[in-house]
Amino acid sequence: MSARIQTGIFERDGDLLRATTAVREAGYRIVDAYTPFAVHGLDRAMGLRPSRLTWVCFWCGLFGLAFMTWFQYWSSASDWPINVGGKPWNSWPAFVPVAFEGTILLGGLGVVAALFVRCGLRPGRKAKMPAPRVTDDRFALVVECSREGRGADELPALLRSHGAIEVTEDLGETLA
Amino acid sequence: MFEAVSELRAPLTDQPVSYGKVTDDIARPMEGKPTRLWYIGFGVSLFFLLLGTIAVTYTVLTGIGTWGLNRTVGWAFDITNFVFWVGIGHAGTLISAVLFLFRQRWRTAVNRSAEAMTIFAVLCAATFPLIHMGRPWLAFWPLPYPNTRGSLWINWRSPLFWDVVAISTYFIISATFWYIGLIPDFATLRDRVKGLRKKIFGFLSLGWNGSARTWQRYEVVYLLLAGLATPLVFSVHTIVSFDFATSVIPGWHTTIFPPYFVAGAIFSGLSMVLTLMLVARRVMRLENYITKNHVGAMCKLIIAMGGIVGLAYATEFFIAWYSGNDYERFVFMNRALGPFAWAYWIMVSCNVIVPQFFWSKRLRANLGVVFGLSLLINVGMWFERFVIIVTSLHRDYLPSSWTTYKPTLIEVVTLLGSFGLFFTLFLLFCRFLPVIAIGEVKGVVNHARENEA
Repeated sequence: MSARIQTGIFERDGDLLRATTAVREAGYRIVDAYTPFAVHGLDRAMGLRPSRLTWVCFWCGLFGLAFMTWFQYWSSASDWPINVGGKPWNSWPAFVPVAFEGTILLGGLGVVAALFVRCGLRPGRKAKMPAPRVTDDRFALVVECSREGRGADELPALLRSHGAIEVTEDLGETLA
Repeated sequence: MFEAVSELRAPLTDQPVSYGKVTDDIARPMEGKPTRLWYIGFGVSLFFLLLGTIAVTYTVLTGIGTWGLNRTVGWAFDITNFVFWVGIGHAGTLISAVLFLFRQRWRTAVNRSAEAMTIFAVLCAATFPLIHMGRPWLAFWPLPYPNTRGSLWINWRSPLFWDVVAISTYFIISATFWYIGLIPDFATLRDRVKGLRKKIFGFLSLGWNGSARTWQRYEVVYLLLAGLATPLVFSVHTIVSFDFATSVIPGWHTTIFPPYFVAGAIFSGLSMVLTLMLVARRVMRLENYITKNHVGAMCKLIIAMGGIVGLAYATEFFIAWYSGNDYERFVFMNRALGPFAWAYWIMVSCNVIVPQFFWSKRLRANLGVVFGLSLLINVGMWFERFVIIVTSLHRDYLPSSWTTYKPTLIEVVTLLGSFGLFFTLFLLFCRFLPVIAIGEVKGVVNHARENEA
């Protein structure tokens, strides 16, 4: 079912925050908001769940640590043990720095890769923008209301009452 | 829901600005013609870069003997330069990651250029071990790749190898952090410009559209990278100090080295950030964003780090005496009173006495004075590494191998060349990328002001 999508354009981040809270309390579904910078508190106003990317970072880092620890042990104690200054094959205290750097490297690169995949950020992707200036000085709130559902006609007034300077309507799912 | 903002805090920009004006102010220097100052600076840097390239080419073609490294002072100028440049990089990470974790929001005006500085400084640093190898085309040998020699693996127990790993990790993570920070700004620029630049920025912005869902994840990742970069920056200079501390040379073989090196690195880097900030502010006309308050805050950090460095010098000297070890005592007396005493006292006066001028509010507000003092600290920190390396090596256990050390022309030109490389890259960055994080500054322009914009 194609939904009715309305977009409110705001000039101030405070207005956007208040409008988001109001629209959500009125029972509409918020598709997304578009802002030129990270507006703090917007995720809570939209009711977004906390990101799980933290776990990706943790597991990638743990893998880096485990892999580098194992690899150093395997290559210097098992695959080809070489006597360096009479030190034991498994001189694990000397393996700590490299294992540590491996943790940081894999944790960091892993979480960035996960961010790109999760958000669909990739070279050559065309940016889908609800309004031309949302990367400059405009804030957009994209709201969905079903065709026969309540309040589709009241929505523009609600958005305007919270400072929207413009409300545009879009049938279909170009943005969703 | 709204961020709690103290009424006592001063706004972070001098004049109130609208979001659109922030974009204009920061993007304009990239869109118009460069200023005359920029051309002059770029010309001079390029000239030194060319000189350096000639010197390095000559070294590689002839052999590293041209560096005039004496048999016992084999690490002289090149490792001094290496440690100096790595240290410079550290303040960039301090500002971008550590101050971010401490929620120091004034950092937004300087973090982009400080991160750029980190990346360029690490590049400069990396060239020195490469040249020092003598055969830079075999530089991949210290990497643990499967090979036809057995596979013969590398020696994981060597601090020099830890250094390879630490510096490469540091470079990769810093570059990633920098690029992640740039993505929203690339999108802003993409939507402003036309033609080829639009295509380039469009490619680099990865289809960013400012979606709040993306912003939420982005913020999480940014925080995680800051959290990873913080222990990383401490580990990198700790490992650089292991190059020295794990040897048995008097004056190097000390447990104070890791904290001493980290503090020194951050100290030297802060003074370099200050130097570059003052240049970028002037050349790019960003006086409203890089304010005197920012300069003042940097000066205060320099006082703090300078104090730690001074304490380290004193502790080192005291412990040399207290240890009762004759070799250790000799090395330190030789540093302060021997043939390189001039270098030692340049180091002490630039690093311990110069920062004390920053206690005065009047001097902190005089940008000419601040610029001069920051240059002096840069000089002092270069001499710190010179003193550590040369004085310990030129007179070690065997008096028969004692020698004196004098840099050759090639060494001096190579050092100048690394400054050329650094400033060429930095000025290109000022010209083609947003020097200030547009998205982050928009988040703080109304800091401590009514929500006006």
